[in-house]
Amino acid sequence: MSSGETAYTAVFDGIQHEFDSLQSVLAKANERKSGDKLAGIAATSSAERIAAKDVISRLTLETLYENPVVPVADDEVTRTIREGICEETYEEIADWTVADLREFLLDESTGDEEIRTLRGGLTSEMIAAVTKIMSNMDLVVAASKMTVVARCNNTIGTEGTVSFRLQPNDPSDDTENILHSVREGLSYGVGDAVIGINPVSDDVAQVKELLRATAEFIDRWDVPTQNCVLAHITTQMDAVRDGAPADLLFQSIAGTERGNREFGIDVGLLDDAAELGQNRCQAEGPNVMYFETGQGAELSNDAHEGVDQLTLEARCYGLAREYDPFLVNTVVGFIGPEYLYDGEQVIRAGLEDVFMGKLHGLPMGIDACYTNHTNADQNDIENLAVLLTAAGSNFFITVPMGDDVMLNYQSNSFHDGPALRTLFDLQAAPEFEVWLEEMGITDDGQLTDRAGDQTIFTDP
Amino acid sequence: MSRNSDRLSGVDRPENEAQLERIRGSHPSRVGVGRTGSRPRTETLLEFRLDHAKARDAVTTHVSPKLVEELGLVGVQSRATSKTEYLADPGQGRDISDETADSVRQQCTMQPQVQIVVSDGLSSTAVEANVPDLLPVLLDGLADRGLDVGTPIFVEYGRVDVMDAIGEELDANCCVNLIGERPGLATNESLSAYFVYGPERGGATADKSVISNIHRDGIPPVEAGAEIAAVLEELCETKRNGFDTESR
Repeated sequence: MSSGETAYTAVFDGIQHEFDSLQSVLAKANERKSGDKLAGIAATSSAERIAAKDVISRLTLETLYENPVVPVADDEVTRTIREGICEETYEEIADWTVADLREFLLDESTGDEEIRTLRGGLTSEMIAAVTKIMSNMDLVVAASKMTVVARCNNTIGTEGTVSFRLQPNDPSDDTENILHSVREGLSYGVGDAVIGINPVSDDVAQVKELLRATAEFIDRWDVPTQNCVLAHITTQMDAVRDGAPADLLFQSIAGTERGNREFGIDVGLLDDAAELGQNRCQAEGPNVMYFETGQGAELSNDAHEGVDQLTLEARCYGLAREYDPFLVNTVVGFIGPEYLYDGEQVIRAGLEDVFMGKLHGLPMGIDACYTNHTNADQNDIENLAVLLTAAGSNFFITVPMGDDVMLNYQSNSFHDGPALRTLFDLQAAPEFEVWLEEMGITDDGQLTDRAGDQTIFTDP
Repeated sequence: MSRNSDRLSGVDRPENEAQLERIRGSHPSRVGVGRTGSRPRTETLLEFRLDHAKARDAVTTHVSPKLVEELGLVGVQSRATSKTEYLADPGQGRDISDETADSVRQQCTMQPQVQIVVSDGLSSTAVEANVPDLLPVLLDGLADRGLDVGTPIFVEYGRVDVMDAIGEELDANCCVNLIGERPGLATNESLSAYFVYGPERGGATADKSVISNIHRDGIPPVEAGAEIAAVLEELCETKRNGFDTESR
């Protein structure tokens, strides 16, 4: 490999690969994704893809800092990320190449402490760039070094633990059905990340009812966890102002200002939500925000600004970290085959997202999932869950038998919680682990005969 | 060696068996399914895999050309040339090529009041399961109302908005697209009927009205055929998109 005359040229075997912009070389350096192809920005050959990676590896962090993919003047997400950067830390690493950053992350003398020291100087574009030159195992190895702890009513992300969101969605928002799913999940030892419901109806009264029902259940059985109803943020804010007992406030976010506008939010609204969360959420905190993301969301809303889906995903994390959230997860396979075509692309994107989230310093988890028109199946997301437990993902989404009958897609099963904990010798969040033992669902970390029986939560 | 039957997990000896049976019987999700170790029971696992397999087959298989012929539909393709292209690039499924447009104009009645389009969408199974019962009822209903109906068309690799292109080419007053929905695990047979008045390319999907959940356990196809005829009459009378749901 040798470098050409300009910053965006690579020459392999005498063939010169030229890239006309930083945006373009970033896009073409991605592993194959249908979404980049759909946007018309993907590499047109495998060799061009590697040439782009070669160019990226030689870029300095300064180049990426000076050239955000969406200009500062045009986009408040760019400005928010820029304002959050620690200039002093950045100055120390400005002359590193992206390859230097990769090798730093993978070096055996680099651990959580060393990465933590560097983190404040990294923009989302730098993190996206290094991700593009890392293999799947690189991503797992580097992500596994990072520990990100967050605290709400319990503590997630501590070393030796893995947590699970219990997602008890119901196609008619039926409170009884939802509570039966909650009981079912808890009996498998999942639910320590959050009991989080996607409501059918984005309606204040409905959100209040679901918050009340879950809070009452959590209170009755002393479950050390938090509740959340994932309606639009403004609906949750109205419910909380009206006295509804929410622990976490949720919102889907995008990596561009226009993308966020399509979600009906902006930075000002998120600021207001975070403030309301601090003052009015019932949780102990201090982390009370919950964000979901996913590659392709900006393109699907025609708000991608010509930028590839991986780089925009990184910018979601840059935005999220301004709010010290308790949970952030990518919903990696939900968006459909025009963005992530098959199991291979879903797995790659999942590894990228969790790595990028953790490198941003986020308590990062994943909804490892797929829709029925994506060329993937349950085996793919079980594979992904194993890989990402090895990578130290803070949490996973789980639903009854992997089948979400409300959102009509498949994710990890309640069963996968105890399976992953056993495989990797991990525990639940510490407070929740104690509760599982007290409830007799686990004994010394192993499932007991009571596990899997939701009727243990029946009042006499 | 036989499996030791003393090794039972929670749901084999539930604290409240009657309660568990009641929940299992009425709950829409797969709860109360039990486990072997940390994994699902074999029966539960295979039931889940079968439901997903049926959903995948609905997406990947093709509507049989024989059925298209039997129903008297003129068969065409969208701009997509394969399932792979259709799934990876939805835009290709929303339009037809110039050559297809020429052939549609030659084979079909021009300037109908109502143009019927049938599309595989994301479930060819939904088309095969519902359209044979639905279409005759719809055609009778439209005839009873004295509406002038064009030559019904089947579009392979068709998205909702493909009816805009077809309606524009044929200069139809309004179109209905009977299209296979993205299959779920509960059913792979669900069909939707999308409506547009004054079809033209570039019309937004969100502006179209829809009757969804047409299948034997939802709105049965025969009933749906009658409803769709009523909606099309309303569109022709009001000359605008959208219909009064009360009249359904």
